[in-house]
Amino acid sequence: MHPLRLTVNGTPHDLKIDPRVSLLDLLRENLAMTGSKKGCDHGQCGACTVIVNGRRINSCLSLAVAHEGDEVTTIEGMADGEALSPLQAAFVKHDAFQCGYCTPGQICSATALLDELKRGEPSVVTKEKVELIDEEIRERMSGNLCRCGAYNNIVDAIMEVAEART
Amino acid sequence: MSEHEFKGLIGQPLDRVEGPLKVSGRATYAADWRGDKPHLIGFIVESPVAKGRIVSIDTKAAEACAGVEAVVTHENTPKQIPFGERAKGGRFAQSHAMMRTDAIRHLGYPVALVVAQTFEQARHAASLVRCEIAAEDGVFNPEKHEDQAVKPDELDGTPEVDTEAGDFEAEYGKAAHQVEGEFHTPSQHAAAMEPHATVAQWDGDKLTVHMSIQILGDGRKAFANTFDIDPEDVRIVSPYIGGGFGSKLGVHNEAILAAHGAKLTGKPVRIAQHRRNVFSNGPHRPRHRQRLKLGADANGKIVAIDHATLSIMARDYPFAEAAASPTRASYATKAMRTSHRVVEGDIPKADSMRAPGEAVGTLTFESMIDELAHSCGVDPVEFRVRNEPEKDPHSGKPFSTRKMRRCLQEGAEKFGWKGPVSRREGDWLIGHGMAAAIRPNLMQEAEAEIELSTDGHLTVRLDMTDIGTGTYTILTQIAAEAMGVAPEHVTVKLGDTDFPETCGSGGSFGAGSTGTAVFEAAKALKDDLLKRAAKADSEWKGTNSKELRIDGANIALGNRSLPIAQLGDGSGGISAKGAAKPGKEYKTMAQYSYGAQFAEVAVDAVTGEIRLRRLTGVFDAGLILNEKTARSQLMGGMIFGIGAALMEESLMDERYGAFMNRDLAEYHVAVNRDVPRLDVHMIEGFDENSNPLGSKGIGELGICGAGPAIANAVFAATGHRVRKFPIHMEDLLEHLPAIG
Ligand code: FES
Ligand code: FES
Repeated sequence: MHPLRLTVNGTPHDLKIDPRVSLLDLLRENLAMTGSKKGCDHGQCGACTVIVNGRRINSCLSLAVAHEGDEVTTIEGMADGEALSPLQAAFVKHDAFQCGYCTPGQICSATALLDELKRGEPSVVTKEKVELIDEEIRERMSGNLCRCGAYNNIVDAIMEVAEART
Repeated sequence: MSEHEFKGLIGQPLDRVEGPLKVSGRATYAADWRGDKPHLIGFIVESPVAKGRIVSIDTKAAEACAGVEAVVTHENTPKQIPFGERAKGGRFAQSHAMMRTDAIRHLGYPVALVVAQTFEQARHAASLVRCEIAAEDGVFNPEKHEDQAVKPDELDGTPEVDTEAGDFEAEYGKAAHQVEGEFHTPSQHAAAMEPHATVAQWDGDKLTVHMSIQILGDGRKAFANTFDIDPEDVRIVSPYIGGGFGSKLGVHNEAILAAHGAKLTGKPVRIAQHRRNVFSNGPHRPRHRQRLKLGADANGKIVAIDHATLSIMARDYPFAEAAASPTRASYATKAMRTSHRVVEGDIPKADSMRAPGEAVGTLTFESMIDELAHSCGVDPVEFRVRNEPEKDPHSGKPFSTRKMRRCLQEGAEKFGWKGPVSRREGDWLIGHGMAAAIRPNLMQEAEAEIELSTDGHLTVRLDMTDIGTGTYTILTQIAAEAMGVAPEHVTVKLGDTDFPETCGSGGSFGAGSTGTAVFEAAKALKDDLLKRAAKADSEWKGTNSKELRIDGANIALGNRSLPIAQLGDGSGGISAKGAAKPGKEYKTMAQYSYGAQFAEVAVDAVTGEIRLRRLTGVFDAGLILNEKTARSQLMGGMIFGIGAALMEESLMDERYGAFMNRDLAEYHVAVNRDVPRLDVHMIEGFDENSNPLGSKGIGELGICGAGPAIANAVFAATGHRVRKFPIHMEDLLEHLPAIG
């Protein structure tokens, strides 16, 4: 068993874990926070996306022991009590999900994406500078699969929150 | 606007009522359920061969690993009825026995299940199981074994496997325009984002499973038929399902294995299939070869249609996909012939995937219709309008409502259709294509219960599921409108076999069937309330329950009002049941949903890369129960159509019967950037022959027509017809303009 200290949604944890445990399984099994989903366990779907020290990662592709001292934010940390975050509310309003299984990952991904836009970080479709256009959101959200096909509505939800921020 | 009585919540674009739970990670899918006892975790050891017998299996090293509580193999599985037996209730209800004998059913078939305290322990121990198998040759490609092809007993519920009307050979022989072609459509996987998962727990002879399943009633029978127990002793709980698309209609391998593990250890066992498991321990859409011959006269009227399919099905799992059945109801013709043949193979379960039959059948048939329109020199929209049938060409029955013409014409208008345009923009070849969509409208039996509490809150219960289809929301709307309350006064509870049985989600019949059951339950509750009111207060005698509503903790009618608390027997709420079943109109009429789809693609003139630029769909699905969720479902279907045309195929290594691209990096589904703005329109309507709500199935309609519209656009762009799906850039390379 390996010692691990990290913070999840503001709560510090002092743990002893099997070094084989992925960050995703740490959340889901050891901490019983099942909001983050396992769609592939191989970094291919984005369902497990969480935010670590401000950046989005696929938590299934990362061993928990590699996160000593890190600050992890999961879908459970997005709302303020019953009050949904602007992105969560926009997802409901724009029907940006159907089955909801990819949704925690989409929302974590989109939350980090808004900060990437703010920092002006370019993507493969960026020309001169980052612009708030569909193409930019679609490209940056393409690591989060949605088999129900809520893509258009996901873009609408993110766009609404991104526009309100600028 | 068609006239109907629904003027309130039904149809409104209400936000999903379970939305806040889903966006905050609080909706509990099967693998999220925890319960009060810790779960053991099961990991599947898969067979590396497709057919054969286990000679020996060595589990000692696995059993010696830390945390391992049991290793299940064919040597210690509990008593089971052989796989495929007790098939009276259909393939979903039959025995789904796993590892009952030493026989291997397909590649990836479980040879062992390792059960341990943690996932990491189980996975490691599973790698230590050694299994020696005497392999035999298997059947994987139906075309190679066409000599073994048989006519299936039925087609996924449709008794007519082959049809013949008129003299095809004569009509085709003298047709002014003849086109023919052989198409190949691949195996596909539904690839729902949630892999199949089950938590099983025995309590003596009673089995409780939390799992991801679309039809709970059949699932319950499957467990009962597998373990030879009473269905009443099986409880299935499935409140949230992370996508189904047919792949979770029934129980799959992990479900039975979890029950095995739980039996052996006496503890709850959870198995979430690994994504790679899903490709062989879950179902898939089978591959098809489809041969089409179409003839038209000099006026562009279709005179002859022949559609013959050859496919594959898994042994002892009777599912033959009805790929030629949509053809039967599509166009007027003088002669028509359709047939389906299948070869039994040593493959994982072939089964329904979104729009079984139509999805692959219209893909090829609507491509061929495009060819015929070209051959006749008639615009493809005009060609379809010209060949619209007045009654069902196959059965001769009248259609319930068929607004295909309107779909075609409005679609052309919204898209700006000017024929199958082809033009060049720099390095891009642009093409426009279109296709018609058709999907049977079905109705099944369902029951529902509605309970009114003394404070005026309504609770609706039924074992229906919400697989992303919006069931929680539309049933809330139906109950709220029927009882005259705001949606926040209604709670819908789904996904539990303790609730009244329904048909579940599948075949696009869920909303109409279960919505009707809830509607009928509300009517029965109102009748009952009125009877009780008349007993409590004679003023209420002779009133009509239709106008009755709930007003706070009272029932109200006109200016009368009575506290609900005075109506019951003091023991709590008042409840009523309602039921739905298909009306005689399903026998006397041909019932379908319709649509027309229009696509613009750009093909890279140098590389052949295909980009979808626009997709417009116009749909006729009767009364839309929720404008927002219906639009989403149609979009999801259209995206499946994009996948079918351009991306999705499960490739099999035919030497071994192994699906090779067993993950989401290699089985390509459309990602966000693959999907342009989809333009979706729903024609207002009300089909009184369908059900009391006037709705028709919508969940599978969107996939129909989308794929062939894209394929026809690729043809328009390049002048080359690809007769295999998905269409890839390498299929076009040789047919691109010369460079320079
Ligand atoms: S579960 Fe991590 S990317 Fe799919
Ligand atoms: S909402 Fe079902 S996969 Fe995205």
